[in-house]
Amino acid sequence: MASRYTFGGDEHIFVEVNEEMSLEAFFTTLSMTNAVRDAKIDGITEICPANASFQIKFNPDVIHPDDLMARLKEMETTAAQAEPVLKTRIVEIPVLYQDPWTHETLMRFRERHQDPEATDIEYAARINGYDSVDAFIAAHSGSPWFVSMVGFVSGLPFLYQMVDRDRQIQVPKYLRPRTDTPKLTVGYGGCFSCIYSVRGAGGYQMFGVTPMPIYDPEQKMSYLKEFMVFFKPGDIVKWKPIDRVEYDRCLAAVEANTYTPRIREVVFSLDDFNKDIDGTNAKLEETLYAD
Amino acid sequence: MPINVKTSGFATTIQDLGRPGYYHLGIPIGGAMDRFAMRCANMLVGNDEGAAGLECVFMGPELEFTEDCTFAVTGGDLPPKLDGEVLESWTAIPVRAGQVLSFDFLRSGARAYIAVAGGIDTPPALGSRSTYPIGALGGVDGRAIQPGDVLPVGKSAAQAKEGADIPENLRRMPGKTAQLRVLPGLYAHRITDAASQRFFDETWKVASEADRMGYRFKGGTPLEFVDREPPFGAGSDPSNITDACYPYGSVQVPSGTEPIILHRDAVSGGGYFMIGTVISADMDLIGQLQPNVDAKFVKVDMNTALKARKERAGALDKVRAYLA
Repeated sequence: MASRYTFGGDEHIFVEVNEEMSLEAFFTTLSMTNAVRDAKIDGITEICPANASFQIKFNPDVIHPDDLMARLKEMETTAAQAEPVLKTRIVEIPVLYQDPWTHETLMRFRERHQDPEATDIEYAARINGYDSVDAFIAAHSGSPWFVSMVGFVSGLPFLYQMVDRDRQIQVPKYLRPRTDTPKLTVGYGGCFSCIYSVRGAGGYQMFGVTPMPIYDPEQKMSYLKEFMVFFKPGDIVKWKPIDRVEYDRCLAAVEANTYTPRIREVVFSLDDFNKDIDGTNAKLEETLYAD
Repeated sequence: MPINVKTSGFATTIQDLGRPGYYHLGIPIGGAMDRFAMRCANMLVGNDEGAAGLECVFMGPELEFTEDCTFAVTGGDLPPKLDGEVLESWTAIPVRAGQVLSFDFLRSGARAYIAVAGGIDTPPALGSRSTYPIGALGGVDGRAIQPGDVLPVGKSAAQAKEGADIPENLRRMPGKTAQLRVLPGLYAHRITDAASQRFFDETWKVASEADRMGYRFKGGTPLEFVDREPPFGAGSDPSNITDACYPYGSVQVPSGTEPIILHRDAVSGGGYFMIGTVISADMDLIGQLQPNVDAKFVKVDMNTALKARKERAGALDKVRAYLA
């Protein structure tokens, strides 16, 4: 058995599929959580998939923790046989990199940063071996990203870069977390990008902002009427660098509630992706911009 | 029958028993930190135990009633006053239209619960009235109450028993040094046996960063980690893991220095290792800890955790039987 099972107190079982992040680990997580959901086991109250692990919350008055643990372990073999293919969607997210708001915020927290002399994006570009910030932005926005977890707070997506591991961007988190992050900041920590759905504390490096709301508790935005949280695990994202004029235009559309995200349905096969990463990504982009 | 908020206290929020079902999206269960006290307050005024009331932290609000009604205050010892007269906590108290409920200074504990017959009747969000300020959900416009707010109250279903009380031996509060029982697990293997031993032996103090999201502790020895090559995606700090889910009650120790217990408004996940999880029976007690009080983490096994859970359920049954 590859996964590691452990109790989180008397109400949670935590399953670590792999210590390391990979799309393989994500797909195993997804198929295992799907299998648990389909099994409709009495006493399970929440199923929370993460990047390379997942968590089950349960009521131990209904099912004994040891019994539930045994049933989850039994499911691992079945789940491993699930084909790593996902019917999902690709979404374009506009990003104003190096915007004035995250810049103001990062300047306020320089003493908590590894490199107080540089901005977050200058630092990330340098330690990842890019000659310029522009080259770094081209890399960050050059490939699609995979939503491998939704959480932390209010529908925040964690995004995994869909390139060879040796090309993946990696940056440490702030030395000490900030007490403030602007709403809709595009951030980075470890190997994950994220979008801060709401304003608040945060430890990820800050690269820019998107004008597109991804969490709307009032459910007024046209594309968030059905549910207040936009992202779900398995979504694919393509960042689109925009300038200030375009940002302001998008924001005006958001305020007038006429903003419509570009979303197209796609089928993602992990095997096809692994065989030809660049080719798969090119096809995804083609579908996104076909019309 | 609305209640007028004259002053709001410090972070007084509307809470019930929470909104399960959305943790996988980063929306926590929320609800009263001390659920035992919240349930007791509701029972005293004849409400459903899950009705919405007010959770007060360290100090109380001033509330003006616009109709005759019954209320009860439970939890930490924050004595209620009606028109200046100090009254008993854990007791159903009749109030007349125009009277103002205020509070004396907090004597012990950290959070008091106010239940009003009929329950606070603000609009539910995702099935709960609990306030989750980070996500702007529940409560009054998704925030703590403010002076000038008018809190709607629902129709009282049952007859409140004025004067009914819950005697001290049926209440539940942490001792002088709080004993928080922890089931080890999760990423406990990241630290050395000696560090683990010390973690459970030492006495910690509640830090000032202690709120509905989590309680931070200080004063213990920093933890020593087992050497490793950082797994891809985890980050370079020895306390980092590939971002994962956090159980409610889980004890994370960022950089191995100050443990944080996640509570009802927990962040649903992140990249710090966890040493174990506070058992469900002891979660209520955390909500009654003030900054700077002593606390010990007590290592227990699953059988003890389940037994403690039964005892806690039994304590509520005793209150129900007493008030029936």
